[in-house]
Amino acid sequence: MERSYPAERNSEIELRLLIEAIYLKYSYDFRDYSGASIKRRVQHALSQFECATISALQEKVLHDPTAFMQLLQLLTIPVSEMFRDPSHFLAIRQEVVPLLKTYPSIKIWIAGCSTGEEVYSMAILLREEGLLDRTIIYATDINPRSLEKAKQGIFSMENVRAYTANYQQAGGQRSFADYYTAAYGYAIFDKSLCENVTFADHSLATDSVFSETQLISCRNVLIYFNKKLQDRAFGLFHESLCHRGFLVLGSKETLDFSGYSNQFEPLVKQERIYRKS
Amino acid sequence: MNGAVDLPKVEAIVVGASAGGVEALMTMLGALRAGFGLPIIIVLHLPEERRSQLAEVFARRLALPVTEAMDKQDIKPGTVYFAAPGYHLSVEQDRSLSLSLEDRLHHSRPSIDFLFESAADAYGEALAAVLLTGANHDGARGLAQVKRHGGLTIVQDPQDALVATMPEAALKIHQPDHILPIHGIGRLLVELERIAC
Repeated sequence: MERSYPAERNSEIELRLLIEAIYLKYSYDFRDYSGASIKRRVQHALSQFECATISALQEKVLHDPTAFMQLLQLLTIPVSEMFRDPSHFLAIRQEVVPLLKTYPSIKIWIAGCSTGEEVYSMAILLREEGLLDRTIIYATDINPRSLEKAKQGIFSMENVRAYTANYQQAGGQRSFADYYTAAYGYAIFDKSLCENVTFADHSLATDSVFSETQLISCRNVLIYFNKKLQDRAFGLFHESLCHRGFLVLGSKETLDFSGYSNQFEPLVKQERIYRKS
Repeated sequence: MNGAVDLPKVEAIVVGASAGGVEALMTMLGALRAGFGLPIIIVLHLPEERRSQLAEVFARRLALPVTEAMDKQDIKPGTVYFAAPGYHLSVEQDRSLSLSLEDRLHHSRPSIDFLFESAADAYGEALAAVLLTGANHDGARGLAQVKRHGGLTIVQDPQDALVATMPEAALKIHQPDHILPIHGIGRLLVELERIAC
């Protein structure tokens, strides 16, 4: 009698093989991403690519780098907004900025900057606090298309209207419209905001630390990592931050379940603002 | 109560609710005594405010520990977890919770389908899924997925639901193991816990 092999496990096996193939061929490492979300995104990709199975998708992206670049857009989640969680930015302004002002020059790392919303939010805040001129911002992401969009600084007017309310609640001191030019339904942000911004390809899964920094912002990126990869990222942040440097996370992210919880102390716990201890 | 005999041994309960859900959940969870030994993970659709008071409100009224789900939190027996507004909530294979910001599904984030489908993957037949009152179609697909993985499915009787749309949508695509009024679901959960713990 033949043994039975349950079919339900097929997609689990195929998913692991796809992720392994992507790593081997393109060096993008999704192996330690949270499983539930990556599984949904691959399933969504199947319908977009009109592939019946994950194996078929694997064959396609392995042999066609253009197809892989399309898949990468579906695997990374460019969901972001400016001044997301306004109270978080207000807390940075009130609690972190006075301490940043004591440094003669400041380096900030925005890890997983996606299409740039966090970068422009931070640059605007720093300009209003008189710190932008002596700050270097490293904005990094694994997705080259997101980085390209971030560099351009062009956002749809529809979204910018929502960001305006966020900006005001975040303690914004001017009219938000001072920072962009509106044209054809888009807002083109002031290029001078990005004079000291370096956009760069960097992976928290495979790359190492590139500079000492005073503040690292990594918001709504770590939720896509499993605990092991989260710990790798926290390790990089710990190494990069100067003595008493600042780490800021997304509103539902925490150091509490990580091996690094003792190496940082909360400055504003509610807003996920930590300091290297 | 139909089917009070032959209940399976489950290790977790997932619950989805939308319009009318606060009252329904108060009644259902109010039936559970202190020391209830199964974890209960809940998606309740609410407007996406920045900070939800949901966990606090329920914590004051219930005999069980209630908390807002945090990313990478291990699921503990006897704890009630509410999905945070604005984020999807999933169960991982290692039975921890994870959050994500994928697009809204059925105009909702958190999505009941995402919670149910991921929990079905993680718990298989050791899962009970409960779909309550609501005004949209979220949860129907997830409930069917729970069944495909051998889990137990329970839908609030549309006659008993404040808004019948969500239970009715589920009944259209899936025949659940139990269709019960909210008090009956509360009693069923008590029974499930007695068998499991």
